[in-house]
Order: sequence, then C-alpha cells, then structure tokens
Amino acid sequence: MSWFLRKKQNIGDNIPREMPDGLFTQCPSCKTVIYKKQFEENLFTCHSCNHHFRITWEEYVDILFDQGTFVHTDTEVRSADPLNFVDTKAYTLRLNEAYQKSDFPDALTVGYGDIVGRHVSFACMNFGFIGGSMGSVVGEKFYRAGKRALTDKCPLIVISASGGARMQESALSLMQMAKTSAILGELADNGLPYISILTDPTTGGVSASFAMLGDVNIAEPKALIGFAGPRVIEQFIRKKLPEGFQRSESVLQHGFLDKVVHRKNLRQTIHTILQHLS
Amino acid sequence: MATNYTLEFEKPILELEKKISEMRELSKNIDLGEQINELESKVELLRAEIYKNLTRWQRVQVARHPDRPYTLDYCANTFTDFVELHGDRAFGDDPAIVAGFAKLKDKSVAVIGHQKGRDTKSNIYRNFGMPNPEGYRKALRVLRLAEKFNKPVICLLDTPGAYPGIEAEDRGQAQAIAENLLVMSKLTVPIIIVVIGEGASGGALGIGIGDRILMLENAWYSVIAPESCSSILWRSWDFKEQAAESLRLTAPDLSSMGIVDHIVTEPVGGAHRSPQIMFESLSNLLYSEINKLSTLSLDELIAARRKKFYAMGVWNE
Ligand SMILES: [Zn+2]
Repeated sequence: MSWFLRKKQNIGDNIPREMPDGLFTQCPSCKTVIYKKQFEENLFTCHSCNHHFRITWEEYVDILFDQGTFVHTDTEVRSADPLNFVDTKAYTLRLNEAYQKSDFPDALTVGYGDIVGRHVSFACMNFGFIGGSMGSVVGEKFYRAGKRALTDKCPLIVISASGGARMQESALSLMQMAKTSAILGELADNGLPYISILTDPTTGGVSASFAMLGDVNIAEPKALIGFAGPRVIEQFIRKKLPEGFQRSESVLQHGFLDKVVHRKNLRQTIHTILQHLS
Repeated sequence: MATNYTLEFEKPILELEKKISEMRELSKNIDLGEQINELESKVELLRAEIYKNLTRWQRVQVARHPDRPYTLDYCANTFTDFVELHGDRAFGDDPAIVAGFAKLKDKSVAVIGHQKGRDTKSNIYRNFGMPNPEGYRKALRVLRLAEKFNKPVICLLDTPGAYPGIEAEDRGQAQAIAENLLVMSKLTVPIIIVVIGEGASGGALGIGIGDRILMLENAWYSVIAPESCSSILWRSWDFKEQAAESLRLTAPDLSSMGIVDHIVTEPVGGAHRSPQIMFESLSNLLYSEINKLSTLSLDELIAARRKKFYAMGVWNE
C-alpha cells in the first residue's frame, strides 16, 4: 500500500500524510514546491536540495527489495511493562496509544527477502513508534534477525532511525545495546556481511551499538548521527553548535561512515557491496 | 580522604555524634562514660536503621558520596603491584578511564575503570569521570592486551555518563562505545564487571560487558541518570526522586531484572565508612569468581557470556 493511502498516521513527523493526485508539498528545508509525481519518483526526497523525508519500513521494503519477495516476521513480539514504569503517564498507556495510532509492530520491523536476487535478513527501525526507542522488543527482534542471518548464512541489512534507548525499560533497555552487539559478533565470526544504514536521526544507545558496527556504514544525506543529542550537548557545554555538526556529511568527514548515499542509489549500492563481500 | 560530607538523611546521625563529642568535653570533669557508650550504640543502631530503609534516590546520593572509594583506591588496596598504562595510541590519554595490570592475590589481571576526582582540581582533570572516545579506546587496547597475554579482566564502573561534547562526538563517541561492546562480548578471557558507584547509560556499559556482573549494595545502574530522566519525561529537573523510583536503578532492582549476578554487601553506612573492609571483601569475591570462571573452556566461556546477554529483556508474544 502506498504511504499516502494509509489510514493510520504511521508516517514520520515531517512527511505530508494525505497527498491526493495533483497536489504538492513544500520542502521543509528549502521551501521548494514538490509535486506528488516528482516526490514519488525521487523516493520522498526533495529534487532541489536532496532533503530526505522520513519514510516507513514499508517504503524502504518497496525501495530495496525485489518485488514480492519480502516476508515480514516476528510481528507478534510486543512491549511489556516489566518495571511498571510511570512518569507523567504510565508506560502501559503510552504503549497502548502507540500501538493504536500506528501500524508499527513496535520500533523495529524484521523480516527477509531478496535484494537484486540476493537473499538477506533485514531489520528497519520505526521512528514513529515512541521515537524509535530501543527496549526489549527492539533488542529481541534484532537478535532474531541476526540469528536468521546465521541460519540462512546470508547478509544482514539494518536501517536505523532512533532517539536511543527506551527510558521506560531502564537497565533492560541499556542491555539491548549489549545483546545486539553480541549477535553481530557472531556474524563477524562466521564471515557474514552486515551493512548498517543510518537515517535521520540515529542517536544514543542505537548509534552506540549496532548502528555504528557495520562492516560498511552508509548514511542518508544530512541525517543527524551522534551519541548525545544536540540539545543535550548545547545545554551541557553552553555553546552554540557548529553548522552541520553531527550531520552525515560531517560524520563521513570524521571517518565514521563509509558513504553518504542518496536514497535513489541505496539498492544499487547495497547490491554492489554485497557482491564484493561474499 | 574524608571530606566530612554529610548527606541530608544522615543529619540525625550527625546530631547524635555532636552530642557525643559534647559529652566527651564534659567528661573531663564528670564521668559520663556510661551515657557515652549508650549514645554510641544508639548511633550505630540509627545508622543501621537508616541504611536499611534507603529510598532509591538516597542510594544515588550514597553512590555519589565524595568519600566513596574510586577505581584507583581499589587499584591500590584490593589489588597490589598496579601498573597503569596510558593512551589509546591514536589520539591521546583520557584520565576519566584508568587501565593497567595488577595482582589480585597471586594472579595477574587487567583492571579497567572509570575515575572521578575528589576535589575541584582533580575533578576537572578527570572530567568528573566522564570519558571521551580515547578513554574507551584505551580500554579496548588494554582488553586486547589482556586477551593476548591470557589475563582475566576486571572492570570497575563509576561514571555519570560519557562526555557529551563537540569534540567527543567528532572523535566518534558512539563508535568507540559500540566497538567495545562487540569486542567484549567475544573476548577470549574471563571478564568480571563491578558497578562500584554510578552506572550511567552507555558511558558505563562501554566497559561493562562480562561473564559476571557484580554490583555494590549502594551503587546505581540505569539507562539514564535520574536528573536527565526527570528533565526529559517530566520536562523539569524537579522530579529526580520519582525518576529514581521509576527507573528501578538499585542493586536489588538490577538483580531482580536478571542483569546483576551478585550484590556486594557494603559496610553499614556505605563503602566509604569502612573502605578497608570493602577492599578486602571485594578482593576475596573477585578471586573466587575468577577461579570459578577459569574452570570453563574457552568455548563454554564465550557461549555462556553470549547466552547471558541474549536472555536479557522482557516482552510479550
Ligand atoms: Zn528541499
């Protein structure tokens, strides 16, 4: 189903939700007017400034996988509230709301399929589900995607978009950084390729675990990538942050990414890399 | 090393102690020995009572007590022959993480830990125990040395978090922590983790993967510090007590989550009240843990470590 036909609001904050034929949207970055046809052709990026709108796992599946090959798995793994966490609102309430207002199966979708004829295990984070935060469910599903790669002796491809670990599961969330990194260690021992794709934003416990551990790290243009969030840093050091700080292009320059790749070239880039790494 | 720093909830103890010293003054003239003894045992009872019923936030305060033993104190007292190794061989040396080799009774081990300062000057030097990427990379270098020379590793966790700064980000704070997680999950020597004070977030976990996770009775370990949690979820700094409760960050909490294997008892009133007892009990405990782990084959060791972390988490299905 195309994103603009979906009933539920499962699309990132800055993407227009309803866009009938003939209508247009405006790029939040350069204010250029983008018509629907252009928008789709450019895979939800701005043709003028390359701004990449946030899209869902379903769009990424459409973009990356050979048509009809993707199988969505582990759809029934749901967040629990093991600590009875309450802040201004109970965690159980937050979870119920998040499950109701979106189609997301929590903050990580996993499955498998073919990319240009190559079988891969796949995981994609859902930023629209509680900020793509990593709790027990994200860790467990990531672990299963890793296990599938081990069983099927195939590569693992992961798309990240996350504000970090989920506070409402406290230390259990923190330990998911360890769990996800440990399964990547098994892939490494077995010579299986792992490609990490970082999209806007990838910060906190996700960047400081699996997102930064790719054999190859690829980012979409201008994505926010870092450990501490920019607001936290600004508050902490009481200084203005430099232009372009923590953006893909700067992270590439500092040596922590292999490539910054436009969404239109993502499928071909993954295909080419996998040809070399097997 | 005493700073005579008193925690708010210890004020009643301080009152009694003041009274005792006043009576001591008086007893130069009159014999008050009996009353003094009585009051002294009252103080001990009161302290035991207060420490038995600490709230989570109060434990956070004990974990941050400026007299609490830090990594280098353990290096000097739990271990012998400590030789510190400096630098990540790429950028610099981070004083917020110390690393080196030491003797635990008759065994050589690698020791890695966060290091805070005790006064303003040393805290600035140690960056308040908040590591930069080169700290994690120094740790990684010593982890690899331990592996190369087949020595067990002891990691002591005590940090308010990894440093959130421009340079830290540009030098790859996220990558430095991530790399350690992966390497530690498959390092071919036994690793024992001890949370000795503050275990804040990825900054703590960055040297926190191991076969056994021990936690001192009054330490805390969480995905985020209670103050930061308050500011994000409550949008105010004023809810740190509630945040500490919600985060379930104490040693008994972590034990019930299946994360911590063993709670290390502290002397009544906290590790800083009788550090020598703390140093010795930790030495005995670490020694016996290493002996237990040494009976495992390499394959068993790594498989068990992975299994331990794979089992972490709670979900519905
Ligand atoms: Zn634009």
